Amino acid sequence: MAYERSERTGAEDDADTALALKVLVAGGFGVGKTTLVGAVSEIRPLRTEERLSRAGELVDDTGGVDRKTTTTVAMDFGRITIRSGLSLYLFGTPGQDRFWFLWDELSQGALGAVVLADTRRLEDCFPAVDYFEHRRIPFVIAVNCFTGARAYGAHDVSRALDLDRGTPVVLCDARDRDSGKEVLIRLVEYAGRMHTARLLDTVG
Amino acid sequence: MNEHSAGGDPSVPGGRWYDSDAGPLVRPYAMTGGRTKPGPGNVRFDLIALVVVDDDPPGPAEESLLGPEHRSLLALCRAETQSVAELAADADLPVGVVRVLLGDLLESGFVRVSRPVPPARLPDERILREVIDGLRAL
Ligand SMILES: Nc1nc2c(ncn2[C@@H]2O[C@H](COP(=O)(O)OP(=O)(O)O)[C@@H](O)[C@H]2O)c(=O)[nH]1
Ligand SMILES: [Mg+2]
Repeated sequence: MAYERSERTGAEDDADTALALKVLVAGGFGVGKTTLVGAVSEIRPLRTEERLSRAGELVDDTGGVDRKTTTTVAMDFGRITIRSGLSLYLFGTPGQDRFWFLWDELSQGALGAVVLADTRRLEDCFPAVDYFEHRRIPFVIAVNCFTGARAYGAHDVSRALDLDRGTPVVLCDARDRDSGKEVLIRLVEYAGRMHTARLLDTVG
Repeated sequence: MNEHSAGGDPSVPGGRWYDSDAGPLVRPYAMTGGRTKPGPGNVRFDLIALVVVDDDPPGPAEESLLGPEHRSLLALCRAETQSVAELAADADLPVGVVRVLLGDLLESGFVRVSRPVPPARLPDERILREVIDGLRAL
């Protein structure tokens, strides 16, 4: 959920209480993940890639074929500083199924997820919905209202996705900062409610 | 897959790090001496683990022995407390490499890396409230 500095600290301000929260942005290819992260983040989305180090790029041998020995995984990555010592980190998860392994790492300790959906191809977000439901990671559906797409209500989408009751569906424009912020706010609110509900569950 | 990175340790098996479906990931890196696993206790730093310079670091003599990548990471940490993901992006290094290098820096006492808060200590309501208000005010 969060990372916190708990040991002795240096001179850094607020180092004692620095808190980092992780939010995932998932959804099918072309649904607007990169756009959303870019719209709300104070830094340009950066890509973290797994690739061969320059130093390791010595020629591989076997007949001049430039064998690609690295999987390059580009992630959208943005940071929103709430205040000194409290930041929200956004990770746009790679869409392809073959990157599930990355999702596992990213979802560990995540506060929650935004699943972007496009009503013209709603099925693209099924895997993400399944994924977060199974792991009981709080998520909201953010319907990216592309111009020209037939407008569906939140209810229609909720039914079509067979969402658990209470899972928020928000209509948004991924390009719009305020709209993106609203999506994140709904997620944080929902994550808080889920957390409280679970606490009550465990208590009795 | 062959490992032949310069200075690589041939005894370190495999460059495979993630599952096989993801394809071969990274051969052991030259700059990490062929290691693909982070250092002490096999800690694998989370992408949002925060890295801070130690307030009682080794002296300049020891620092001068660090490699250029170690040093550039250290410089980034000094400038600002940053997450592992940011360091990787800013240093223009793969996350896997950064994890190994940070492990070295942690082990030798140059930096400290934040630890996960156990799930039972999820940010309390007050913090979440603060996040919501902060988002509104952006
Ligand atoms: N009209 C419109 N275009 C959008 C919207 N969101 C994203 N796009 C465009 O759709 C394309 C794919 O978006 P992108 O963020 O790259 O999708 P990703 O694959 O999920 O990261 C880009 O060309 C965006 O400019 C939107 O809300 N409305
Ligand atoms: Mg994208």
